[in-house]
Amino acid sequence: MDTFKLEQARSWILTAAAALEKNSALLCDLDAAIGDGDHGANMARGFSAVVKKMETNPPADIGALFKSVGMTLLSTVGGAAGPLYGGFFLELGKQTVGKQELDAAMLVSILEAGLADIKRRGKAELGDKTIVDALTPAIETMKGAGSDVAAATRAAAETARDAAVKTIPLLARKGRASYLGERSIGHQDPGATSTALLMESLAEVSAKA
Amino acid sequence: MKKLINSPENVVREELEGIQLAHGDIVRVSFDPFYVARKDAPIKGKVGLVSGGGSGHEPMHGGFVGLGMLDAACPGHVFTSPTPDQMFEASKAVNGGAGILHIVKNYTGDVMNFDLAADMLREEKIDVASVLTDDDVAVQDSLYTAGRRGVGLTVLMEKLLGAAAEKGMDLAQLKALGDSIRATGRSMGMALTPCTVPHAGKPSFELGENEMEVGIGIHGEPGRKRVSLASADEITQMLMEPILSDLPFKSGESIILFVNGMGGTPLIELYIVYRRAAQIAEKHGLKIVRNLVGSYITSLEMAGTSITVLRANDNLISLWDAPVKTAGLRWGI
Repeated sequence: MDTFKLEQARSWILTAAAALEKNSALLCDLDAAIGDGDHGANMARGFSAVVKKMETNPPADIGALFKSVGMTLLSTVGGAAGPLYGGFFLELGKQTVGKQELDAAMLVSILEAGLADIKRRGKAELGDKTIVDALTPAIETMKGAGSDVAAATRAAAETARDAAVKTIPLLARKGRASYLGERSIGHQDPGATSTALLMESLAEVSAKA
Repeated sequence: MKKLINSPENVVREELEGIQLAHGDIVRVSFDPFYVARKDAPIKGKVGLVSGGGSGHEPMHGGFVGLGMLDAACPGHVFTSPTPDQMFEASKAVNGGAGILHIVKNYTGDVMNFDLAADMLREEKIDVASVLTDDDVAVQDSLYTAGRRGVGLTVLMEKLLGAAAEKGMDLAQLKALGDSIRATGRSMGMALTPCTVPHAGKPSFELGENEMEVGIGIHGEPGRKRVSLASADEITQMLMEPILSDLPFKSGESIILFVNGMGGTPLIELYIVYRRAAQIAEKHGLKIVRNLVGSYITSLEMAGTSITVLRANDNLISLWDAPVKTAGLRWGI
């Protein structure tokens, strides 16, 4: 597959919503260990609102779709994940105004812009035990994976999944987990895990095209 | 899970319906989006004080909306920051033309969401400033954490700034006063039992019969260390010493002493804690000029306590004594 089309962007969000719903309890358990135990519930609630909005108001292009996803997440997720993921999708929307399809290079560049927004808003760097630790290596992998969107997103999804697991030995330096200091070590970061689910959903819908 | 609820999804909405029915003489509740506003807001020429945070800390913040305290409060889901659209709409609803002051507890989510709301308000040409509370000495304040949490000092901040706004202080003066309160108040808390977030259905951590968590926050998150259960006097000492040595509070200073219950601790125990805290303060040469004892910033049904000490002066004492009429605090009228 050479391009990622509006239809895949729609499927990505639907698939991600289903994955977040299915893994809601897992994300809540991960969050309970080092945070306050609501990450899964918040993400599932936000994406379920996104799906409803998409059904009643189908977006005409990829930019409009991502913008709508971002706005809905901002007003429904709450916590830190709301502004972070909401801002991420708003940034994706800004980068894709009027677009009907994206090639692999474009997909990489919009994800990079989204990552930059998360880092700016959350003031997080690589190694702080956050979303950034899954997203950064996933994008790096995608960059080196060629122009086939299906292959590139598959490689990125696997990197994100491994990277989420690699947050286990890290000491949290951002968010509520940072209050625990040394006690945050030994637990997988819920934000990195939800990012890995988003990347897995992206790979699934790209493979089906 | 044993709770007096109908369903986890409806906890916040039904609570707000109850608040509207119980306190309709003081507040009006917006249900889309969720916020609680003073019934007589906007008050022309007065700075609007807006706070908010996750639900589950009642009476904070909705119970502090009214004369002499907040103009509006935005409740999030239980232990989850509210969203920018709530803060934006609540701020607009109480804007009397003198600007809006956001009182924000230092949590990653709260800070980011209030920042976004402030940006939205500035686009509408509304003056906005914000005051942060980050008084929890249990958290190391360094580049490697999200900074100290905002806890008990938030209650005192809302009371004092509310009185100052009522007296006609402008936005810049309120911001400066808030920053000085922030700089001179310290808190620390502990838990005897965990609490259960309704939609999670199980306790956020486990504690053995003979264990307690010292240095807890207000969201059911574990604390800095788990230690063997101790007596009320010993526990009070464990909280007071780090608080007093952190600022530090010096002999001869006046303070406001606030002993807070976490939700599941009866007043009888809080007074036992207050007794010892007052003795320790006296031993350090501190003069308690005002106090507050009760459950004002809670963590659902968690048993435990937090102590807050704020340096006081004549100005703060007169603001403390000023009339307040809210669901949670009421005096002087």
